Amino acid sequence: MIDVKTIKKDFPIFKRQDKLTFLDSASTSLKPHNVIETLSSYNDSYSANVHRGLYPIAERATKSFESSRVKIAEFISSPSVEEVVFTKGATEGLNLIASSLEKLIGQVDGEVVTTISEHHANFIPWQQLSKKLNLKFKVIALRPDSQLDIYEESSKTVEKKINLSRYINSKTKILALSTASNVIGNTYPVKEIIQAAKKINPLIITIVDACQSITHEKIDVGELDCDFLVFSGHKILGPTGVGVLWGKKSTLDMMPPYQVGGGMIKNVSITDTTWADVPYKFEAGTPPIAEVIGLSAAIEYLNRFSLEDVRVHISSLSEYFVNAANKSFGDNIQIFTPQKPTSTGIVSFNLNSIHSHDVAQILGENNICIRAGHHCTMPLHTFWGVSSTCRISFYIYNSQEDVDILLAALKKVFLIFNKSI
Amino acid sequence: MSIYSEIILDHYQAPRRFTTLKKFNFSSSVANSLCGDALTFQGRIIGQKLVDVGFQGHGCAISIASASILLEKICGLDISEIKKISSEEVVKDLGINLSPNRLKCALLSWEGVLKLIDNKL
Repeated sequence: MIDVKTIKKDFPIFKRQDKLTFLDSASTSLKPHNVIETLSSYNDSYSANVHRGLYPIAERATKSFESSRVKIAEFISSPSVEEVVFTKGATEGLNLIASSLEKLIGQVDGEVVTTISEHHANFIPWQQLSKKLNLKFKVIALRPDSQLDIYEESSKTVEKKINLSRYINSKTKILALSTASNVIGNTYPVKEIIQAAKKINPLIITIVDACQSITHEKIDVGELDCDFLVFSGHKILGPTGVGVLWGKKSTLDMMPPYQVGGGMIKNVSITDTTWADVPYKFEAGTPPIAEVIGLSAAIEYLNRFSLEDVRVHISSLSEYFVNAANKSFGDNIQIFTPQKPTSTGIVSFNLNSIHSHDVAQILGENNICIRAGHHCTMPLHTFWGVSSTCRISFYIYNSQEDVDILLAALKKVFLIFNKSI
Repeated sequence: MSIYSEIILDHYQAPRRFTTLKKFNFSSSVANSLCGDALTFQGRIIGQKLVDVGFQGHGCAISIASASILLEKICGLDISEIKKISSEEVVKDLGINLSPNRLKCALLSWEGVLKLIDNKL
């Protein structure tokens, strides 16, 4: 049960910011008090480095840090705790994988596949890797209904059958895709796509960006059967500066480190170095200790709810907005999110001939926070033929009241620009 | 106070010098990668004087209004005078307070004009 009134009391920002209508959680979520207190508690009570000191506060820091790893492993149903690598965010996780795989794959006759709706963080690393290794870079297109172009043409059956033969073959080295677009507002059948890809090529390495769905959908890395999965802490109520890279241990073991330095070695001589075991091989330098522990607190907070309740809550807000906006603005609003499923709590739209930055600016003057621009998805916006869109995104602290405030403010935007609705 | 003052809206909805020139010997293009705004400028410079100037493109209210106000100001000026126009002056001419993010919109045309007078065809 999502009781927004009660939940809002857990988020101190609503006390500090008068009449805040926060509709930008797909960018970063707000932080509940237990996360903020956890960060402060580390900094004011046991601010020591991890895996090094032998004094009590260092031991406490190490214990809390490693407990967080255990909690995250449980959260994503990781078969083992060692498969959880801390990064500074999903972007770093994806760059780590790309950089390490580049050395592992080497110059071969191969192909790399991603989708046109990816966030740049899950697009550019693969595009650049392909360029460097001379691999063929293939991008799965979108159908007019904003679904990936991966289904068989036959329209007779209700259940659509996935057919990846246009994109994936025995030469495909990598398939990178997200569980949900950060702009469109729909989810992709990643488990089925991975299954279909592995049927064509069992050796394909699959990389999943779960940033936009881990907020409201149970992630089970074993069930997905991916090789890697990444997400950012700050989108699930946690602090900025921390993310998670999950990888199959057998693959992580084979991969060379991403960065080298302190904390990731077994032995260093003048002429050579041997690497620490996973996950430490990929965690060079002092990690974001407070943030890692804070992320654990965020998951504790999120665990108070059923993720299915969260999903229903945010998708019903999306639907409420889409219906009301269509009714109020008709042809004057172009909504890029398909009406169903609107399951990620994200809706992207443009108001008729009013630039998204002007819309967001006027809403901002009313303390309504939305995102305007290309949302780090330039290939998708080029495909749509628009330079930018407005994006709203809901989370557990949003209610229909926020949507009503937004709708009233959008009417104001039309008035300012002298447009009749 | 809203940044959408009457002057800004007037210049956005009816931008001055929003045209392609039949005769021009200078041109430039600028874009703001954050929001996809893109403007192109054409100018006719005779001797040291900008005798005609126009712009085309798409953008938010601030970038279009700013281009309109700036081109009105510089048409007929000597190149040396145009070069003296500072970014602060361009923002001041808009008569509104802008956040750092929107400054990029406001100064896109200034960047375009400086490029224009340097780019003889």
